Amino acid sequence: MSDTKYDNSNGLSFQSPTAIDLEKRKFLIQATAATGAVGAAAVAVPFVGSMLPSERAKAAGAPVEVDISKIEPGSMMTAEWRGQPVWIIHRTEEMLAKLDAHNAQLADPDLEVPQQPAYTKNKGRAINEKYAVMLGTCTHLGCSPNANFAVTADWDGGFVCPCHGSKFDLSGRVFKGSPAPTNLVVPPHQYLTESVLLIGEDKQAEA
Amino acid sequence: MTDQKVSATASGSTGSGSSGLLDWVDARFPLTSNIKNHLTEYYAPKNFNFWYFFGSLALLVLVMQIVTGIFLTMHYKPDAQEAFASVEYIMRDVFGGNIIRYMHSTGASMFFVVVYLHMFRGVIYGSYRTPRELIWLFGVGIFLVLMGEAFFGYLLPWGQMSYWGAQVIVNLFSTIPFIGPDLSEWLRGDYLVSDATLNRFFAFHVIALPLVLLGLVAVHLIALHEVGSNNPDGVEIKKHKDKTTGIPLDGIPFHPYYTVKDLVGVVVFLMVFTAIVFFAPEMGGYFLEANNFVPADPLKTPAHIAPVWYFTPYYSILRAVPPIGISQFPGVAAMGLSVVVFAFLPWLDKSPVRSIRYRGNLYKGWLAAFVVSFVILGYLGTLPADTWGQFGAWMGKADRATVVARICTAIYFLFFILMPWYTKRDKTKAMPERVTH
Repeated sequence: MSDTKYDNSNGLSFQSPTAIDLEKRKFLIQATAATGAVGAAAVAVPFVGSMLPSERAKAAGAPVEVDISKIEPGSMMTAEWRGQPVWIIHRTEEMLAKLDAHNAQLADPDLEVPQQPAYTKNKGRAINEKYAVMLGTCTHLGCSPNANFAVTADWDGGFVCPCHGSKFDLSGRVFKGSPAPTNLVVPPHQYLTESVLLIGEDKQAEA
Repeated sequence: MTDQKVSATASGSTGSGSSGLLDWVDARFPLTSNIKNHLTEYYAPKNFNFWYFFGSLALLVLVMQIVTGIFLTMHYKPDAQEAFASVEYIMRDVFGGNIIRYMHSTGASMFFVVVYLHMFRGVIYGSYRTPRELIWLFGVGIFLVLMGEAFFGYLLPWGQMSYWGAQVIVNLFSTIPFIGPDLSEWLRGDYLVSDATLNRFFAFHVIALPLVLLGLVAVHLIALHEVGSNNPDGVEIKKHKDKTTGIPLDGIPFHPYYTVKDLVGVVVFLMVFTAIVFFAPEMGGYFLEANNFVPADPLKTPAHIAPVWYFTPYYSILRAVPPIGISQFPGVAAMGLSVVVFAFLPWLDKSPVRSIRYRGNLYKGWLAAFVVSFVILGYLGTLPADTWGQFGAWMGKADRATVVARICTAIYFLFFILMPWYTKRDKTKAMPERVTH
C-alpha cells in the first residue's frame, strides 16, 4: 500500500470541479435510476405472481357431477364446486306459482344483469323449471345465505343472508333494500341425464 | 453508583471496571448519549396524568404479543388440514399452551383497548397539532398495521368465524371498481379462502407486518423525542427554559420519574390483564367468538357473523351505507375512510388552543357526539342488522338499527368534516404560559 491516499500515478488525471459536465451527470443518474427501476419491476414479477392461484388451485376448479334424483320436492341439496356451495332446489308447483307474485319487490326481476348463463334467462331461471341451480354465496360479501322455505303472509320462501340480511327468492333473485346488489349467480351447468347434473360446464362450452 | 461523570469525549480512557467498558463501548456506539437523549435527559412535561399511561402500555403489549407469538409458532401448523387441530393441541396438550394462547388472544384485544385510549388522549389534548403531525401520522400507520395484524391473525385458528370473517373482508376488495375481483383472487391465491390463503396470512401475521410495526414504532418514538411530548395543558414546555442549563422549567427527566410512574400503570394493567386471561379469556364471546370453536366449513356460514369488538364500529359503517346501483363500493369506501380520516386531524383542527381544557362547549359537544356515535356503532356492529326490529310503514319498514347506524355514521364523519368550522368558531379560554396540574 502506498502512503498517499490519492495516488495519481496510474495516469488518470482529475478534472477541476468547474469542468464537471452537470448535464451528463444528470443523464447518467436518470439512466441508472430508470434501469434500476426496470430491474426492480422485473424482480417483482415472480413475487407478485407467486400470490396468484397456483396450477393446483386452478386444476381443482374442474366441473362436478351431481345426482339430483334424491332431492325431495320442496327441499334442496348443496353440492361443492370450486370449493363453493352450489344449491340445487327442487321446487314444488306451489313454489313455482308464487315466483311471479313478488316481482314488484325485486331489484332485478327480469334478470337484466347477466348473473346467469343465457339459457337460464327465463321465467324459472333454470334449464328445467323444477330445479333451480345457483351459487350459494351472497353477492354482497360472499357469505352463504340460509334457506327459509316457511311461507308467511309477506314471505314466499327463499334465502336470508346471516351476515348483512340480504334476501333472495327461490330463483335467487334479490329483494329490494338488500345490501346485495345483484341476483345470486347461476353457474354454467347442464343435464347429463334427467337426474345427473354437471356443474361447471355447459353445452356451449363443448360446442 | 458513584456520581462520577462519564466524559463523552474521553479517548483512550485508562479507567477500570464498568466505566472503562462503558468508555470502550461509547467510543464505538452511542450508548450513553442514547440513554441520555431518550431516558435520563429526555425532559417530559411534569403534568402527565392518567391518560399518559397508554403509550408505554402499548409498548408492553407489543412485546407481550411478540413473545407469546414466537412460542405459539413453535406448535401451530399453518395448514388448512391441521391448523384448527394444532390450536386445540396447544390448548390441551402443550404445557402452558393454554396460558400462552390466552395471553396472545387477550393481548390482541387489550392492544386495541390501550391504543384506542392512547389515540383518544391525542385527540383531547391536541397532541397531533404542529409540530407533532408526523408523530400522529406514524401513529395512524401503526393503527392500520395493527388492524391488519388482528385480521390476518384471526384467520389462523381456522374456525368458522376466522373463515367467514376473512371471506367477508377479502371480498371487500372485490367491490373496488374494475380491478376488484382480480385483486381479491390475488389476495386469496385461490377462488375462495383456502389453504393458500391461510399460509400467506400466516406469513403476513408473523413476519411481514410485525417488521413494519416495529419500524413504525421506532419512527413514532424518534419523532416524539425530537419535538418533545405534549401535555394535558397543550402548552409548549420548550418556551420556558432554565437560562443556564437549557432544560425546560416544566420538564422532568423521563427516567426515573416517568419510568416509575409507568410501572404503576403496568402493575394495574397486568392485574386487569391476568384477571381476563385466568377467569374470562373469551370475555363473553367478545374476545374469542363462540363460533370460532367450530372448524371452518366453506359450505356453511354461521347463523350470525360479526367481527371482533374492535372492528365493529367500522363494520357498522360498512353495513349502514347503502349500495349505489349494483356497486357496494360506497360502503366499503366509507369504511376505509372512517379509519383513514384520523390522519387528517392535524390539518382539520383550526383551534388556537390544543387541549380540551381550554376549548369551548361547541368542540366539547361535537367530541361527545362523536364518542357516543362511535360506541353505538361499535355496539350495533356486534348484533344482526334487524336486532331492534323494523319501523312501521311510515319509514318504509326500515330496520331500526340500520337507521340509527346511519345517523351515527353521519355524526362520525361530520365530526371530521365540520371540524375546521367549529374549531374556529368555538369560544376558547386563554391558555396559560406554563403547565398547571
